[in-house]
Amino acid sequence: MVNNKIIFFLPIISFFLLISCSKESDQIIDYKDNYLTEEGGEIINAMIGEPSNLVAMIAGDSASSAIAANIFNTLIKYDENLNHAPELASQWIISDDQKTITFKLKENLFWADGTPLTSDDVLFTWRLVTDPNTRTPYASDYLLVKDAQTPNKQTFTVTYEQNYAPALDTWASLQILPKHVLKDEDINNTFFSRKPTGSGYYQLDQWINGQQVTLKRNKNSTQGQALIEKLTSRIIPDTSSQFLELIADNIDLMNINPIQYQRVFPSREDLKQKIGLYKELGNGYTYLGFNLKQAPFNDPKVRQAMNYAINKEEIIKGVLLGLGEAIASPYKPGTRWNNESLSPYPYDPSKALALLKEAGYERNPAGILVKDGKPFEFEILTNQNKQREMTAVLVQRRLKEIGIDVKIRVLEWASFINRFIKTGDFKAVVLGWSLSLDPDQFNIWHSSQQGPGQFNFVGYENPRVDELLELGRRELDNDKREEIYHEFSKLLLEDSPIVYLYAGYGLSAINKRVQGIKKPAPPAGIYQNSYEWFIPQSLRRNELAVQ
Amino acid sequence: MLIGISLISFFIMQLAPGDITSNEAAFNPKASEESRQKLRELYNLDKPVIVQYGLWLKRISQLDFGNSFSSHQRPVLWQTKDKNGNITKGLIQEALPITLLINLLGIFIIFSISIVLGTLASVRQNTWVDRSITLFVFVGFAIPGFWLALLLMYWTGVVNQWLPISGLHSPGYLGLSEFDQILDLLKHLILPVLISCLSGLAGISLYVRNGMLEVLNQDFITTARAKGINEKKVVFVHALKNAILPLITIVGLSIPGLIGGSVIAESIFAIPGMGKLFYDAVLMRDFPVIMGILTIGSFLTLIGNLLADLGYAWADPRVRKGLVR
Repeated sequence: MVNNKIIFFLPIISFFLLISCSKESDQIIDYKDNYLTEEGGEIINAMIGEPSNLVAMIAGDSASSAIAANIFNTLIKYDENLNHAPELASQWIISDDQKTITFKLKENLFWADGTPLTSDDVLFTWRLVTDPNTRTPYASDYLLVKDAQTPNKQTFTVTYEQNYAPALDTWASLQILPKHVLKDEDINNTFFSRKPTGSGYYQLDQWINGQQVTLKRNKNSTQGQALIEKLTSRIIPDTSSQFLELIADNIDLMNINPIQYQRVFPSREDLKQKIGLYKELGNGYTYLGFNLKQAPFNDPKVRQAMNYAINKEEIIKGVLLGLGEAIASPYKPGTRWNNESLSPYPYDPSKALALLKEAGYERNPAGILVKDGKPFEFEILTNQNKQREMTAVLVQRRLKEIGIDVKIRVLEWASFINRFIKTGDFKAVVLGWSLSLDPDQFNIWHSSQQGPGQFNFVGYENPRVDELLELGRRELDNDKREEIYHEFSKLLLEDSPIVYLYAGYGLSAINKRVQGIKKPAPPAGIYQNSYEWFIPQSLRRNELAVQ
Repeated sequence: MLIGISLISFFIMQLAPGDITSNEAAFNPKASEESRQKLRELYNLDKPVIVQYGLWLKRISQLDFGNSFSSHQRPVLWQTKDKNGNITKGLIQEALPITLLINLLGIFIIFSISIVLGTLASVRQNTWVDRSITLFVFVGFAIPGFWLALLLMYWTGVVNQWLPISGLHSPGYLGLSEFDQILDLLKHLILPVLISCLSGLAGISLYVRNGMLEVLNQDFITTARAKGINEKKVVFVHALKNAILPLITIVGLSIPGLIGGSVIAESIFAIPGMGKLFYDAVLMRDFPVIMGILTIGSFLTLIGNLLADLGYAWADPRVRKGLVR
């Protein structure tokens, strides 16, 4: 019997041993404050999914765009303060009628294979993206161009039917492709997408399917030389595994979650010693959206009441562990498009109840809100995303307190979109918008954009907002645009078609061997200057068996 | 049979809402609905289901599994070569060998350990050996694989750095000699195979144990013992041979399972296998890939059943007699 007991406890004991074992740190590196910049080295990061296709206009996934951005260039880019800056074009001139933009390319641009990069390539790329046979979802912006010309090898001009303010933004996202390689290829199915010739800081070195993608420096880069020689992206779908690889020093960089940032790192001196943490405001926000076409949310008072009844600070604390901000307009805080004079609805349940009373709701003796004999109840739909699920639960709790019965339903993405969003068969959703850097939000808020599959699926209609959105699209003067979008934000907040819940921070953990990272992050984020990052010789990983 | 299976899977697949265009760039305000409609036409997704099935059947009859709808456009089954001689590998072509390798190693280990454990438990029936083996296999069966996987990864990979944590190859593996490459691969496979084995041990070892107990009580064993053959020979030669016959059926039935990987294990260990391929394809509504995997899966199931029957006949003279007659 004694033996029996030992055998029974053995696995349990061994697990405790397993957990309690902790390695004595074999070496503590003393990081200096100032390293001299050095070329070379390799940085290894982890990504959740494999890139599908390195031609960004065809690919729809973020992994592809992340890698392609290192290989290709756009005509113009955003600098660290999110202003337009030269990339392939040294300057751009907007005509007096604001309909024609002339891009002047820099001198002596070359593709990675040594062929000159000229305005022909730009024209070719524009033709490609607007070609009806190209399988791209992004054509519509470029179809607005009435005419594109290349007066000479250095100049590219586009003329729009009507002046189009987001035009510059669209030219900051169209990656220019090489005509000489692609002219006889079918862009939808070409080997080029797995073995591209680009012009950016890096070119493809090796792609092991399902495992990793390695880039090496492009000696003919049009933007000068980056400092780090190799960028390797390992594909590790599970973020817990990524984290283990990070603390075992097998990867240098990953996106972490609030728990890792706020709970794991502060309690682990050994990790803090070798891994730096960075946070920056992301380009998106999470919201509670209503179906404005149906009762009860067709009444602005009810929507405003929801806004007062939901405690956003609590959600940010509970879901993001404080790593987010409450917002009052659909723009990134700190950018010029964000209207600083607006502030989010405060948490005020009594005000919410007062508004609901005006809208005809009374609390019955059981504390439930009732209008015309019917209790106030609705269902929140969201997709399989832990943060959104948790958010919905906190919303549910606060609404329950004022007598609204909320149910939550979590759906798989494709079913969610096709079965509920496209058909308008929902009362409320928790979803997120990620935003481009241009303030134009015509597609999301204009009353004409309500068809199935279009983005104003909540059914928002406000004539003044329509007018402002149309104006904002036509106005190329940034100061005037700022005024337009500030007014638009104000109206949107008053009408409250959605409740802004939070804008979360992007959190990165980067091994301290990587130097030259700006802290605090500039408005464009820490990755904006990644070509200036470097790894001092003394901190480099012992490269395994490189012969 | 195959046509029936493929027809049913094709229609079930169409019942799920959405298609590839609703997933790629679905909520990107820059992607317009017109462009998505255009994509639908390019993929023939606007045609009636029966026409789509006809088109698919026509291609499949020429063994053409088509290309993935996803934007990488890779061939579903086998590699293709473009006019410049660049080879694009097929999705199943790359994922299948990895999954097969893990599952074959797994099955081999499961069976070898289970036979030993099962025999031991039956010979020492109702002693502490028997009980602890039963306990061990059930604990293995009950432990959530992903949890144990993460603990083991932490212990062997971070704390002690004995084994790699995830992936299939070390960073500089192309520079290694062939022998070291294989060694490197095996090192990466230790944990995934171990985890995949643990839950399988319980079933098989209990099969062996109970089979053995049944056989050990039969008359011919008593006869063998009475003849004075030593106990080892009685157990391992006379009894075991008969007790493991039913396992042939299990092997046969597990052939389709060989090509289906585990989504969770593959995600945790970052192994690009069949489970993850299929799961992603379903989420993306990537019809050609789903159909390709289902067709090959059902084909292998049929083959597996046939092989199991044949194997049984080969191993058991009683069944063979029935066949001949």
